[in-house]
Amino acid sequence: MDTNVLFIFILAVFVGFEVISKVPSMLHTPLMSGTNAIHGIILFGGILVLADAGSVLERVLGFIAVIFGSANVFGGFMVTDRMLQMFKKKK
Amino acid sequence: MSSIVPLISIGVAVLFIIGIKFLSSPKTARLGNLVAAAGMFIAFWALHKPSPAPGIVGDPVWTLSWNLNYTLIALGIVIGLILGTFGAYSVKMTSMPQMVALFNGLGGGAAALVASLEFLKDARGFQVEAFIAGSMLFATLIGSLSFSGSIIAYLKLEGKFEKPHTFPGQNVLNGFILLVILGLCGYLTFNASGGNAITAFIVMFSLALFFGIAMVMPIGGADMPVVISLLNSFTGLAVAADGFAINNLAMVVAGTLVGSSGTLLTLLMCKAMNRPVTNVLFGAFGSSGGGKAANNGVAGSVKPIQADEAALLLAYAQRVVVVPGYGMAVAQAQHQVRELSDELGKRGVEVQFAIHPVAGRMPGHMNVLLAEANVPYDQLIEMEQINPSMDRVDVCLVIGANDVVNPAAREEKSSPIYGMPIIEADRCKATIVMKRSMAAGFAGIENHLFYKDNTRMLFGDAKASLNTLVAAVKAN
Repeated sequence: MDTNVLFIFILAVFVGFEVISKVPSMLHTPLMSGTNAIHGIILFGGILVLADAGSVLERVLGFIAVIFGSANVFGGFMVTDRMLQMFKKKK
Repeated sequence: MSSIVPLISIGVAVLFIIGIKFLSSPKTARLGNLVAAAGMFIAFWALHKPSPAPGIVGDPVWTLSWNLNYTLIALGIVIGLILGTFGAYSVKMTSMPQMVALFNGLGGGAAALVASLEFLKDARGFQVEAFIAGSMLFATLIGSLSFSGSIIAYLKLEGKFEKPHTFPGQNVLNGFILLVILGLCGYLTFNASGGNAITAFIVMFSLALFFGIAMVMPIGGADMPVVISLLNSFTGLAVAADGFAINNLAMVVAGTLVGSSGTLLTLLMCKAMNRPVTNVLFGAFGSSGGGKAANNGVAGSVKPIQADEAALLLAYAQRVVVVPGYGMAVAQAQHQVRELSDELGKRGVEVQFAIHPVAGRMPGHMNVLLAEANVPYDQLIEMEQINPSMDRVDVCLVIGANDVVNPAAREEKSSPIYGMPIIEADRCKATIVMKRSMAAGFAGIENHLFYKDNTRMLFGDAKASLNTLVAAVKAN
């Protein structure tokens, strides 16, 4: 176990709490959607696993994981951008 | 070269943090999303294999020789890109919450699969450190639970089995399943290899998938935003656990940020409804009264109004406050609402929109819809800011909102929504409620506002009624 990673984990917990503590409720949906896109980083997990896959089962499951992760990350950022596009100030 | 990798990880983490920070202010929100996306892009190109030993950096992924696995990776990314783009751009603004639920479910599923593959690979030989095995099991459990739970949340928001599904002893049964899952995880943490481990793992995985369904089924459609937010933070934690398991720092940081900010967001949403999170998850809210709406002790009678008369009231008011709710979203009436507000604005009427934090199916749902219809966001006023001046409002126009303007939340201690903060539409000089019928709102309770002396009901489809109102205001 790498204690440095654990240390970073604990700090990230507090940063996550701190960084959104003053968000107005009208941004709750875009914020949820934006953080949803950020956990799409699981795509990298899928890539790393599939890159090392040896058996057919591993390839199939890894392939599904990459598709899921890729849809999560691309769809997540795009849907968030689509929501936020509409917050443009109009005079 | 190898010393650059940790630096890139730090840079990516900073971009994610700045991204989330920017997302919490209207002016910078869009930029924030792009900053986070840029972080993801950099992390993608800098992706390295897990480090083989402490202090040694793994090989960069994109310089290894091309083989079948890489073809599959490229193909998978392209398929996901197409699915994601199609989902993100074809979805209607009213269905945004469903789309977020779906993307979240996919992320959870991916997290569970990644952890499972790592676990099963290790189960065939290596002695795995208990901490690493525990991380993999945690990611599998939380990820698969988030996957199946999100699918149910998606279906509920699509209108399939929207009502809470409960039976006696459900919480006990769910608790029992959870205990079995945790027991299996505990066993596997310390016995992570051999055939038994693989069988136990598959049982645990299936039970976790089932538990996600069992957990969300008893919760009513109105509470889905809270559930999606919670599952979103779950997926984040699962991703962080995956990061521990495969030793990827960027995944740990990104997953943890989502996990903790998502948890806080969930609590903020529950706070807006004045209900503890446990009540949302285990209370099966509205299952007892659902639909039949007991009309006990409501004084007064319902007074209908015609569109022409309503238009007169609006046209000659000085200050009008619009309270939108889910009914407006269903009727797709946001553009008509904007038209009416513009028309009134031309006549010198001050128009504002009062936004309840949980109006619609998701916090901020109303803001997104009204923004789509080009309502300037400085006209959107949050509940706390507008409530003190509600008695100086000439006409309050309630469009398809119900529970969020129900004075029972203030007046009636026995009401299930008692204590929930509401927009105090009942304090305005006159209130016009646009509604399709007298049906109860999601909480399944009678709305006292409809029976107040200064309340008039304008029945009909919100879009059609608003078109009539706009025409009538123009004619005046």
